[in-house]
Amino acid sequence: MTTGTHPRAAQQHAIGVGRTRVPLRSFYVGVLLLLYLPIGVLFVFSFNAGTTLSFPLEGLTLDWYASVLGNTAMLNAARNSLVVGVGSATLATVLGSMVALAVLRFRFPGRSALLALAAMPLVVPFVVLGVAFFLLFVAIDAPRSLLTVGIGHTVIAIPYATLIVLARLGGLDPALEDAAMDLGATYPTTLRRVVLPLMAPTLLSAWLTCFIVSFDEIALAIFLVGGDPTFPVFLYGQLRFAQRLPVLIAMAVLLMIGTVTLTLVALRLRAKDV
Amino acid sequence: MLGRRGTLPFFAGPPLLWLALFFVVPVLMIAAFSVRQGSGAVGPSDPWVPSAEHYQEVLGTTAFLRLLGLSALMALGIAGLATMLAYPIAYFLTFRAGSRAPLYLTLLLIPFAVSYLLRVMAWKLMLGPEGGINSVLATLGLTDEPIQLLLYSRPAVIITLVYVWIPFAALPIYAAMQRIDRAQLEAAADLGAGPWARFWRITMPLSLPGALATYFMVFIPTVGEYVTPALVGGTDGIMYGNIILGFFTRSANWPLGSAMAMIMLTLTLILTAVGLRSVNLRRVAA
Repeated sequence: MTTGTHPRAAQQHAIGVGRTRVPLRSFYVGVLLLLYLPIGVLFVFSFNAGTTLSFPLEGLTLDWYASVLGNTAMLNAARNSLVVGVGSATLATVLGSMVALAVLRFRFPGRSALLALAAMPLVVPFVVLGVAFFLLFVAIDAPRSLLTVGIGHTVIAIPYATLIVLARLGGLDPALEDAAMDLGATYPTTLRRVVLPLMAPTLLSAWLTCFIVSFDEIALAIFLVGGDPTFPVFLYGQLRFAQRLPVLIAMAVLLMIGTVTLTLVALRLRAKDV
Repeated sequence: MLGRRGTLPFFAGPPLLWLALFFVVPVLMIAAFSVRQGSGAVGPSDPWVPSAEHYQEVLGTTAFLRLLGLSALMALGIAGLATMLAYPIAYFLTFRAGSRAPLYLTLLLIPFAVSYLLRVMAWKLMLGPEGGINSVLATLGLTDEPIQLLLYSRPAVIITLVYVWIPFAALPIYAAMQRIDRAQLEAAADLGAGPWARFWRITMPLSLPGALATYFMVFIPTVGEYVTPALVGGTDGIMYGNIILGFFTRSANWPLGSAMAMIMLTLTLILTAVGLRSVNLRRVAA
């Protein structure tokens, strides 16, 4: 266009004039307030001196946060979730990337079937998957433990890893790989030296997403966990004791700061891709 | 030299093996357990006699069927509410927010990054007899004693789950709306279509696949919910998933629980297939 910005601006203005009068911004702000209100109440509660939430508050305290450090059972559960999350996210990212590579870079019968299989865990309700794993581990006589939770979490994270890697790999020119191989690199070397560096932010984003899926997961974990609980399962078991609620919430608020940060990093990494 | 062609088994093999072993086989095991005779915690080494007794029991027990229907209805309703509330938000982010859209999107997604259990607990605190809503009502002098009905009821489950899903629900719709070519809207405006005509004839049909994707991504996890009903639903608000869990914990009856899980899986897959088919047809028609 050589005419500059004026006609374009006029055009946009014309559309602007024709807008509906639906107050969408107010709607957005209203929903946002409703979304943050309960979380805000929770946050306030973690500083509340009493063990029940009633306004006006009895007083403010940091005791709940201090007692988090002395609660070894809770810290142990958080550590368990960390281990399961790191393990299952790593495996799911590797397996999901393999599916994405196979589907996008190879032609073979059953290509779409492989992709469908990798996305399938998304359409099975977790309670059904929980039953499925429960029966499997009974059948092979595997005691339920953090390992069985990790296996379950890998399966539910594979669709996320596959779809995230697939979206980015689809935009990567295969000619780059062809060029490397024309110059004598083997395919594994090409992947390591060409594809991996270009895909690194996406892989990290996929890994973080899988980690958060695992770290927050409870419906499947309840079926699969043994005596050593993950943090959500531990939290769930403690919820019936009202007097322990403030400590639990203080710990959960601390973890929330961690997961929110990770999510923002994952989003930022993916935004750079597009 | 290791070419590309020979490396396919290396890429397709491990995920295929993993998913066969830890996804396909376990799901088939539900099917196998659901048609075997006996009840209780029957192990794999116990005698294996085929029988349809468990399906007959589920389909013959009004309480189970009622709960299955209620759970399906709740999930359909919750997915509908979440989609309807998320749709205007996605529209705002796409067409009105301008250069601030990424910021507004991030603000919307932060609550979704807060632990699921924590968000459910937040509503427990809000709705409880000594909770936020009752405290505010009492402080304002509107009520003399706490309203008990708020917590431990079916509406409490519905409110909590809609709340949990709204931020996520906006994502597929937003993605679909972003793909809409603005030139189509401009062309329609040039040809005299007003804002509502443009919405109903262009934006709405083109964003429908995203809305349906949202609908099913909320419906599928919701229909199998049992954690939220256990926390805020009480005995009146339990769902079909709570009964399934019960047969694998408190009152062990694995074959019956398997039959109930199979029925839920079948129902979910049929509804999802029907829904996704309608998306594809619309895409072809467009």
